[in-house]
Amino acid sequence: MSPKETVISVQHLTKKFGDFFAVYNISFEVYKGEIFGFLGANGAGKTTAIRMLCGLSVPTSGVAQVAGFDVYKDTEKIKANIGYMSQKFSLYEDLTVLENIRFFGGIYGLSGKKLQAQTTNLLEKLALAPHKNKLVASLPLGWKQKLAFSIAIIHEPVIVFLDEPTGGVDPITRRQFWDLIYEAADRGITVFVTTHYMDEAEYCHRVSMMVDGKIAALDTPAHLKNQYKVASMDDVFYQLARAAQRTE
Amino acid sequence: MPDVSLENISKTYNKGKTIALRDISFSIEKGELFGLIGPDGAGKTSLFRILTTLLLPDAGKATVNGYDVVQQYREIRKRVGYMPGKFSLYQDLSVEENLNFFATVFNTTVKENYNLIQDIYVQIAPFKNRPAGKLSGGMKQKLALCCALIHRPEVLFLDEPTTGVDTVSRKDFWQMLQKLKAEGITILVSTPYMDEASLCERIALIQNGSIMSIDTPQQIIQMYPDPLFAIRAENMSTLLADLRQLQLLKSVYSFGDYHHITFVQNQENSPQELVQQLAQAQHLQLEIKPITPGIEDCFIYLMTQQNESQRNGN
Repeated sequence: MSPKETVISVQHLTKKFGDFFAVYNISFEVYKGEIFGFLGANGAGKTTAIRMLCGLSVPTSGVAQVAGFDVYKDTEKIKANIGYMSQKFSLYEDLTVLENIRFFGGIYGLSGKKLQAQTTNLLEKLALAPHKNKLVASLPLGWKQKLAFSIAIIHEPVIVFLDEPTGGVDPITRRQFWDLIYEAADRGITVFVTTHYMDEAEYCHRVSMMVDGKIAALDTPAHLKNQYKVASMDDVFYQLARAAQRTE
Repeated sequence: MPDVSLENISKTYNKGKTIALRDISFSIEKGELFGLIGPDGAGKTSLFRILTTLLLPDAGKATVNGYDVVQQYREIRKRVGYMPGKFSLYQDLSVEENLNFFATVFNTTVKENYNLIQDIYVQIAPFKNRPAGKLSGGMKQKLALCCALIHRPEVLFLDEPTTGVDTVSRKDFWQMLQKLKAEGITILVSTPYMDEASLCERIALIQNGSIMSIDTPQQIIQMYPDPLFAIRAENMSTLLADLRQLQLLKSVYSFGDYHHITFVQNQENSPQELVQQLAQAQHLQLEIKPITPGIEDCFIYLMTQQNESQRNGN
């Protein structure tokens, strides 16, 4: 990862709804190939911050570049250079596996031989080739989540945003999912991930913790545990989030 | 007499093509806090819907508070509280209106049972005039629990009350459950978070419609068959890949800041042998130590057993 190439750069970013500061004056950088954990309690402002970084919400003030593009002016370029997946929004249930791959591949600007190659590649890697004509609705949840992630990076984006990607999946699938995340990061794709599983926070290279719209802490899991003199990321989270003033 | 009892309950969907529950039998004692632990799609919600008389089983017999879920469903509905996994209150009624509505439906008043919900309700009382649909996730969860409790049920069914909720709110929620248990209410609660299992008196681990194990969390942990070790080094992802190549290991799974491993044949010098085999990879700060398994270790072990027996067609 050296020399460090910055792919997300945020300075004094703020979002105000009426009198309410959903996100207040946050600043941080994320590097190429990094797995960056974006943690925080419910209502701390994570979703609002992610929406600004994905070009879906205009900041009230501050500066931010994502994949080299400005979050005020270049929102369409940002969307073309990122991938996004969440537990809630992933795939079209009433399309087949193959149709979903073609549809999202097309949306992300792939076509012809490139799309064909990526499709074959993806089906093979996930061992989904025998099931390519099945409706996504009929797949087990774990398969769906792995397929959704692979589709979110089908266009080899600079950054992929994952919003609670492993909610509700079984413990073995959850680990297979993280294997896919590591593999993507090793290829140079930056992974920006939120999660409520604190063991997953340990898998991140660096972790930030949002409390009341601000970034209360940002460091490697090892340094954070040292700094707060606790044994687990769960305890780090608990100490920081307990200090929150906001009642969601 | 158990407060909840299931005997050989089965349920299928799609004219028998999708199996939701396979031959489930267990019972819950009066006043017990019982956890149903398993991922999405394991069959937890089907089980809740059968016990709350909202769904008919294909086969088997179940009773709640002594009443049969099919024959005596009316009696059961008066005596149970149910908080579904999906938010199911009236979105366009206010917090206060929802609570009054549920109290009235059960022929009681908010005042009569207020002491039971007081601790929870005071936290949402500042928003009592807000439509339920406009509450945050944590507030919705608290209101739904109040509505499920307002008629002082004998048995409380909570389907994934903590899913998607942050660790601080989750801890608060489990403290509330301990208080309700102290009131003598029987509680069946489901969760996909394995770390919540230890907060229950007994748990059932459920996967693919079958119960893999049922006991106290301590007993389930004692039944883990192999000595378990935790291992770490500076570069955890390289270590994981290296460990997966080794023939002497039976299982390798990442667990936060350590990887958990078991040996095919565990001997006194197994850890030393492992360190020797890893020597070539030159891992920095390599550390290995024996540990007590957690519920997630047990769940993974039982899942692999279940997968194997299904592959062998048993």
